[in-house]
Amino acid sequence: MKTNNVILRAVVKLVVFIILTLAVYLFLSGHHSPGGGFIGGLVVAAALVLLFVSFDIETVRGAIPFDFKKVAALGAFISVTTGFGSLLFGEPFLSQTFAYFDLPFFGETELTTVTIFEAGVALVVVGVVVTIILSIVEDV
Amino acid sequence: MYTVNLAIIIPFLAAMIVPIIYKRIKGIHVGWFVFLVSTALFLYLVSYIPNIASGETYLYTFEWIPSYNINFITYLDGLSLIFALLITGIGSLVTIYSIYYLSSEENLSHFYTYLLLFMGAMLGVVFSDNIMVLYVFWELTSISSFLLIAFWYHRKSSRDGAQKSLLITISGGFGMLVGFIMLYVMTGTMSIREMITTISGFHDHPLFIPAMLLILLGAFTKSAQYPFHIWLPTAMEAPTPVSAYLHSATMVKAGIYLVARFTPVFGGELTWFWVVTIVGIITLFWGSFNAIRQTDLKALLAYSTISQLGMIMSMIGISSVALRHGHSMNMVIYTQAAFAAIFHLINHSTFKGALFMVVGIVDHELGTRDIRRLGGLATLMPITFTISIIGSFSMAGLPPFNGFLSKEMFFTSILSVRELHFTSEVWMGLIPVVAWAASILTFVYCMIFVFKTFLGKYQEEKLEHPAHEAPFGMLFSPIVLGLFVILIFFFPNVLGNYVIKPAMYSIFPQLGAEDLGQHVSAWHGFNLELKMTIGVIVFGAFLFIFLRHWKGLYNWILPEKLSFNALYGNSLELIEKVSKIITNSYMTGHLRDYMVYIYIFFIIAVGGTLLNTKAFLFDIEQYSTVTEFEWLITIAMIIAAISMLLVKSRLTAILLNSVLGYGVSIFFVIFRAPDLALTQTVIETVTTVLFLAAYYFLPEWKKEDSKKRSKIVNGIVSVAVGVIFTTIALAVQNGKLFESISSFYENAYELAGATNIVNAILGDFRAFDTMLEVVVLLIAGLGVYTFIKLKARKGDNPLEDK
Amino acid sequence: METLTTILTGVLVSVATYLILSRSVLRVILGTAVLSHAAHLLIMSMGRGLKSGEVPILTDEALSYVDPLPQALILTSIVISFAVTAILLVLAYRTYRETGTDNLFEWRGIKDE
Repeated sequence: MKTNNVILRAVVKLVVFIILTLAVYLFLSGHHSPGGGFIGGLVVAAALVLLFVSFDIETVRGAIPFDFKKVAALGAFISVTTGFGSLLFGEPFLSQTFAYFDLPFFGETELTTVTIFEAGVALVVVGVVVTIILSIVEDV
Repeated sequence: MYTVNLAIIIPFLAAMIVPIIYKRIKGIHVGWFVFLVSTALFLYLVSYIPNIASGETYLYTFEWIPSYNINFITYLDGLSLIFALLITGIGSLVTIYSIYYLSSEENLSHFYTYLLLFMGAMLGVVFSDNIMVLYVFWELTSISSFLLIAFWYHRKSSRDGAQKSLLITISGGFGMLVGFIMLYVMTGTMSIREMITTISGFHDHPLFIPAMLLILLGAFTKSAQYPFHIWLPTAMEAPTPVSAYLHSATMVKAGIYLVARFTPVFGGELTWFWVVTIVGIITLFWGSFNAIRQTDLKALLAYSTISQLGMIMSMIGISSVALRHGHSMNMVIYTQAAFAAIFHLINHSTFKGALFMVVGIVDHELGTRDIRRLGGLATLMPITFTISIIGSFSMAGLPPFNGFLSKEMFFTSILSVRELHFTSEVWMGLIPVVAWAASILTFVYCMIFVFKTFLGKYQEEKLEHPAHEAPFGMLFSPIVLGLFVILIFFFPNVLGNYVIKPAMYSIFPQLGAEDLGQHVSAWHGFNLELKMTIGVIVFGAFLFIFLRHWKGLYNWILPEKLSFNALYGNSLELIEKVSKIITNSYMTGHLRDYMVYIYIFFIIAVGGTLLNTKAFLFDIEQYSTVTEFEWLITIAMIIAAISMLLVKSRLTAILLNSVLGYGVSIFFVIFRAPDLALTQTVIETVTTVLFLAAYYFLPEWKKEDSKKRSKIVNGIVSVAVGVIFTTIALAVQNGKLFESISSFYENAYELAGATNIVNAILGDFRAFDTMLEVVVLLIAGLGVYTFIKLKARKGDNPLEDK
Repeated sequence: METLTTILTGVLVSVATYLILSRSVLRVILGTAVLSHAAHLLIMSMGRGLKSGEVPILTDEALSYVDPLPQALILTSIVISFAVTAILLVLAYRTYRETGTDNLFEWRGIKDE
């Protein structure tokens, strides 16, 4: 797809970072307020799709040199393997746990194993959505 | 702890590794690895013999699906040990043999994977105590046999043989499954051991006889009993090591195992006795009768296997009488029949395995196994000749080979039938006569095997390769088996006391140990049994010498058209033809028609139920108020939806779909679902981009050019579906039958440390769903990628049909 | 409110059915997309009662929450239906490239190359 739209590009350059920040916020806040792995991943994917739509693919590819299939595979791998972690502690497959820690800068923080699982989910979502869109758009 | 369970798992694990070894390690034949596995298992099992012989049994439980009572329970006792030793022992010998038999150009990794798969499945069959687990392994042996028969899948006859064996054994297996379920319904347990203790209370249950017959159906199809024997001769299309292993020594004996295993459950019933004995006797006769007319050595052996299996089956049938009438002392004598059966089963595995390997050698070295082209090989292949003498004389029941002992015992047990007065004496007397006649025929085909192949005139011009002795590697396994044939003759009681006697405890757990042993001796006076054997030799020799004068009778008695094979072939063809006609009549190849079938079925079935149960009678209460804003969105969405049907441009349609999507996300906001609203909004955006990207390539849609009639049908169907759908949904909302389980999830903070309940459900309570969903998503992504990137290579021709 | 939502769902299902029965493959795919919207709304309305409580995020003030279970189910479903739509679209696109038509009736009987 050829697009040549200066205003769009200028805005996109700025907006993408805002979107990505929002994505990170949504991802991390998922435990206690709306958000989570799916949404975080989707918003990242949406930001990337926005980039691909407004710039040509080669440019963006150069800037973000990931193979998104591998990103997706890595995500699935993380999600599945975290499930086995609980087996080591004699718990059923995929049991999650959480604990509170006193960390410098953050104060009392809740750390959860769900976060790792959700990170996997997010990676899969990003990888798959971008792979799907790119596959179609590139195949000319 | 779970050592026996492990013994089952190890072959499967090894089967997984075989392709890797085959690919990585080029220097060593992959068969040696398989040999290592099976030999290790064999030695391991041998170490159990002393303990088993002293009457111990081993039980290991691995909970698999405890909520359905399905546990992976292995039970190692005398009976299963014999089979396990045969499986691993013959397995090792066959593996050595196959290393020299199969050329390295064959797809060895497939072959050995299937072989190990079979070994594991077969061990699973004999070790499983839970009938459901047993069934799974049972079908797995059928499947691996199918794969092995079709190993040379480019040959049509191999594929047909594989199909036939699969169809027959699997359908028998299904029958068996139904029988198992009936047993479970009756006794309430899936464990064979528990059934044996409780079954006595269920002899009058209406399901008792059907369950017995169905289980026998499974056993008979597997063990190639008349009239299901037709699959075994065609299964000879498999490579000879497979025939030696699966189709003579192990898999076909699974049926016998099953009958022996269920003897304590059903034994003592007259039906069981009659069905098993009579089917066995008929099979014995029919198999030996047919073996004589075969010209292919392997087919001859196949029919002889059928006949020998029938013989073993009939002995087990006779032995079940011992459990009749609460086992009085004078009935104990019938247990000897079971002893003879197991003894012969072991003997059969040794001599038949050796004979199959001999045929494999002949076939491999000379390029043919047609007796009309063979002859005079005795001097050219002396070792092979010796082994075949040992094997076939043992099969014919001559001393000094193990077959003589078990044949004599067979005569003893078959003669003992005369003392049972279940029906008129003429009928009871007929059984030994038929058995004796079958033994004569057995003698004849054994002589055919030896004399037509190895003696007579050597005809080199008819062979593909000139005759010469096989390499030692191929001779090794048959020599070992031949040695066993002789050793067992001289030391039968070692086998009897240490291996067979414990198995007798398993078949007759109700009887005391002191009644079950039996002393085997070669000479027990000039009694009726010995006279029968002499009669067999005299008549057999007579028939063999004048063979060509009466062989023509076969075509007269058994024309090819009337055989069961023809029946099978014709009915298969008929089924194919009829199902093709039926299928073609409604499978139009149009998606729309299929969807219409589905929807019409939905309308009739669900709508009919709705009318029938009067579930559509409900009053519409307003649960919560509807604001004007909500009305507005609803109406907007309805308008958007309906205009999707009418718009001319697909771009508009895509955008209208987005309108619906965003509408849904507004509803999510109203319904207090922030996570959903966020996700739906983003997904809708991405979906629209996706549609537009595809839209860029797809052609503009044309106006629907369907006929007016089908448009009307479509319209009616869609409205009806919508109406029924709405009615059901409203009815369901009206009649809530039980409390929602959702309140459990409101403990999210205590249980998962999260305040966002939805996320706690996704990531913690129901993380398994999420994990699988992620995997599905990944598969979808890869699917999309492959659809786009993978172009079909031109010029790839399918391998089929040579 | 439940009744209204359900009726809306019914309309969506009708429309989706009609689209799925049509000949153009893009219409069929749009039909499945509409069907999944309908399904989401239906699951939502099958819960413990719409708007009958607060957002399902635990706080000290709230007395009751709306049903969280349908929400979790729908969240999973949304993502899966995206994947399904994508697969179908790509399947249609690829078939169109190979056969040169997007008409389902013309696809019938096209020989595999």
